[in-house]
Amino acid sequence: MNTGSPLSGIDRLQQIALAFKRGLFRKKRKPSLEKTREDLGILVFENTSEVIQAERVLKAKGWKIRVMGPPPGIQSGCDLVIEFPLIEELHLWRLLDQAGIPPLKMVPVTAPLLKPVDLFQTKDFGDYLMVRAANMKLTVEKKSLRIVNVSGGGCPDVPYLAQMMVGKPLGEAPRPDTFGHTLCGYALELALQEMERQCLQ
Amino acid sequence: MLAIVGTVPDPEFPLVSGRVTLENGNLSIGGKTLGVNRGTPALLAAVVKACEVLGDQGVMGCLVGDIGLGDGSRKLYGYLTENLPTMAVHTLTFHYLQPDVDWHNRIVFAVEAMEKKPRMIADAGFMYAAKMSGQAGVYDLFTPDAGELAFLADETAPHPFYTRGFILHENNTVEDLIRRAYLHENGAAYLLVKGMVDHVADANGVIATVDGPAVAAMEAMGGTGDTLTGIATALVGAGMAVPRAATIAAKTNRLAGFYADPTPATQIMEVIQEIPRALAQVLNEDDTE
Repeated sequence: MNTGSPLSGIDRLQQIALAFKRGLFRKKRKPSLEKTREDLGILVFENTSEVIQAERVLKAKGWKIRVMGPPPGIQSGCDLVIEFPLIEELHLWRLLDQAGIPPLKMVPVTAPLLKPVDLFQTKDFGDYLMVRAANMKLTVEKKSLRIVNVSGGGCPDVPYLAQMMVGKPLGEAPRPDTFGHTLCGYALELALQEMERQCLQ
Repeated sequence: MLAIVGTVPDPEFPLVSGRVTLENGNLSIGGKTLGVNRGTPALLAAVVKACEVLGDQGVMGCLVGDIGLGDGSRKLYGYLTENLPTMAVHTLTFHYLQPDVDWHNRIVFAVEAMEKKPRMIADAGFMYAAKMSGQAGVYDLFTPDAGELAFLADETAPHPFYTRGFILHENNTVEDLIRRAYLHENGAAYLLVKGMVDHVADANGVIATVDGPAVAAMEAMGGTGDTLTGIATALVGAGMAVPRAATIAAKTNRLAGFYADPTPATQIMEVIQEIPRALAQVLNEDDTE
């Protein structure tokens, strides 16, 4: 078994120095496959929780917006932004202001945006069904359609959402898009929607 | 002293730092009582149970209430940047915290100011921030699951939510993803990858795999990854080399799950109760190999 050897203090300092050279510990991100569109902008909010609320408000009014990842320059670690047609800026801003969730700022899309994961994995345990979206897993008892477990994730709202949702039936459980605040919460909402699609439709 | 840093899903829970005990299935810290479901309380409970076999290491918790708004996490980050430099901690595990690169980097500076650098383990939200900061190499152990390993392997993703589809694709083997994570300097000194088969790896590749006992229901249960990180923390804290600790932790977590005989609806405390029996057995078998 290779037990390795701990880094010396000099090695660690060299690592930190290297990280500084990279730009104050922030990695340069290579562009994703998502194409840039000059007629699009992004709305930036105080936190992920406000993005989730804003998405609900705008989609309820029929706006074709997309929740995306922010460009590297404004990433802090747990972010979402709303991509929208630039020409509608004033209208959307007014709607969100009226809803009590004004954006912090609007930024024209000049670099490719990160696309949220859209792959779901389903696992059948016989009496139970599990759906995974990104790093979040939701499990339901098939007979009662009761949520029996929530696992995965790393943001602090995951244990909070789990204690609210476990034991509740699909359709009646508190929703992560209402009570969640992070990307993990958003992923759990996607898992819940996929579970509902498979079990309730 | 061994310290666990994380959050509690209760917005009213104050910032507390102190010794942790487990009594009648509840954690006790700083005069507060905590139920054990999943998340950092499950990790802490697993550490305490493992220490019943390994001996008391002085398990310390640094906890705060946070339901995802990040307010509690920021308060805890602030406390640690001020107090870590004077803390006598030999093993430090970071867990459910709001991922924030700037605060992460301040924590790394505070650790650098400690008299002796502790062995550092990161899981959950803090592991996300560690990867995004480009400083994964500062850590001794990351404990990702398969989805989080794909995130570590994707050099562009700031969070597992943005892992690109071609990396998430099931045709990528765990070995491929481990290689890619290290290629982009996104792996800690060692990785313990949780999954159908647990993998212990470093930058040179897979060191050990653990595939039994296989308890399929554990994948669906909330908290099984937390208990694995907790057992690994206790073993590292007891002085064991990180790859051996990771391997023994993987075997112990599986055996504890086997003894609990779970369904996908089982709650994590049933597994935690079996940790001492499982760990004693695994250590005994390890000694005789």
